[in-house]
Amino acid sequence: MTKIEHKHPLAIRWFHWINFPVLSLMIWSGMTIYWANDVYRIGAGEFTLFRFFPAWFYDAFDLASHLSQGMAWHFLFMWFFALNGVLYVLYTAISGEWRYLLPNRNSLREAIQVTLYDLGIRKVHPPPRKFNGAQQIAYTSIILMGAGSLATGLAIYKPVQFSWLTQALGGYPWARAEHFALTLGYLLFFCVHIAQVIRAGWNNFRAMVTGFELIEVEDPKK
Amino acid sequence: MNRVDAEKVIRRRTRRSFLFGGAVAAAAFVGGRWLYTRREDAGIRWPLRRALEINEQLARDFFDAGRLAPTFPVSMAKMPRANGGVGLRSSFDAAAWTLKVEGGRSDSPVTLAQVKDLPRVEIVTELKCIEGWSEVVHFTGARFSDFAAKYGAEDAVEYVGMETPDGEYYVGLDSDSAMHPQTLLCYEMDGKPLTAVHGAPLRLAIPVKYGLKSIKRIGTIRFAESRPADYWAERGYDWYVGL
Repeated sequence: MTKIEHKHPLAIRWFHWINFPVLSLMIWSGMTIYWANDVYRIGAGEFTLFRFFPAWFYDAFDLASHLSQGMAWHFLFMWFFALNGVLYVLYTAISGEWRYLLPNRNSLREAIQVTLYDLGIRKVHPPPRKFNGAQQIAYTSIILMGAGSLATGLAIYKPVQFSWLTQALGGYPWARAEHFALTLGYLLFFCVHIAQVIRAGWNNFRAMVTGFELIEVEDPKK
Repeated sequence: MNRVDAEKVIRRRTRRSFLFGGAVAAAAFVGGRWLYTRREDAGIRWPLRRALEINEQLARDFFDAGRLAPTFPVSMAKMPRANGGVGLRSSFDAAAWTLKVEGGRSDSPVTLAQVKDLPRVEIVTELKCIEGWSEVVHFTGARFSDFAAKYGAEDAVEYVGMETPDGEYYVGLDSDSAMHPQTLLCYEMDGKPLTAVHGAPLRLAIPVKYGLKSIKRIGTIRFAESRPADYWAERGYDWYVGL
């Protein structure tokens, strides 16, 4: 027997789908700002493994020479990013949705099991539920990262008015580097998230748009 | 519910959701296009300019002159790179220089000796460039607030404008930021007299703003009620750029 089950509340779907273009705009404008002083790299001493970013990257996404424009977009859309995030946290806290999202003491073990299964090392998937341990950890981390972006962002946006915050984050240059590192974290999250959504298939994706999914249940008459 | 019925119901819901979601996405796209194609106001689309102005009003409402930029030991100070040569390219005789003051107590120019007669203040703080880099710099000079108390307008004005002798570079400041205790009319950097590329004989050091407001080679200081022109604000940047 097939059943239609409600999975994602309307509010959460809105927060999710609003966040996607807003965060994309924040990352794009942030990259145009970063371009003006693109000093970060992966390497040690004289040796550089990777430089953020190579010229082709700036060209491909038209990131060069738009510092003033990038700042203006960034300082407008920061409000929407912050507001959407705060409303999401309030909603999950008040509605009780946090119960599905916050990791508990079993989440880490389950997350390891899920990861091993996804990598094809483990044969058995832990019993499915709304969000497994790996998802709970990922979806809670991404909110903490959002809070981190707001904190590090404020620390470099108003480093005199909020100098206590800037100093607590290790000073102005460190706060800027942290703000940048969090952005790389979003890009990493995005890649894994998209891969997992593709793996999970249409029924799962559709639930994030419509709120409903189809599930097979045992027919009680049999 | 059997499989056929369930699929029928969810297909209807899916169609409705995707149509609605698609319409919202299309509206967002049109909105984005609209924003992206507005007429420019001083180098950026006017809605973005309005957004910067709203941010400015908020920042000015919450501005607290008691909050200071962090300071550092002198040993950490370096000479910063000499960004920005606009206003420094005209021929200039530093020895014959005097500072013009407009809207102040008198119309007579102020000499460097008179600026140096004001209490001497040293500050080691970060110079933060709008490009994203920062450098700890050792500035020495007179507090702008001390200068304003002696040579400025009798009654408090809302703005201060400064420009280079050739008028090529100019900055506008809100009075609260100009009067901040760390804002200096600076005649020494790194414990040595200013060099030409860093704005000799007199430059501004204003830690509550990005470095582009720390104008070099000041020729004129103007106390004003209306918002002074600003070189970079005319080229797409925020007028206020308060930190």
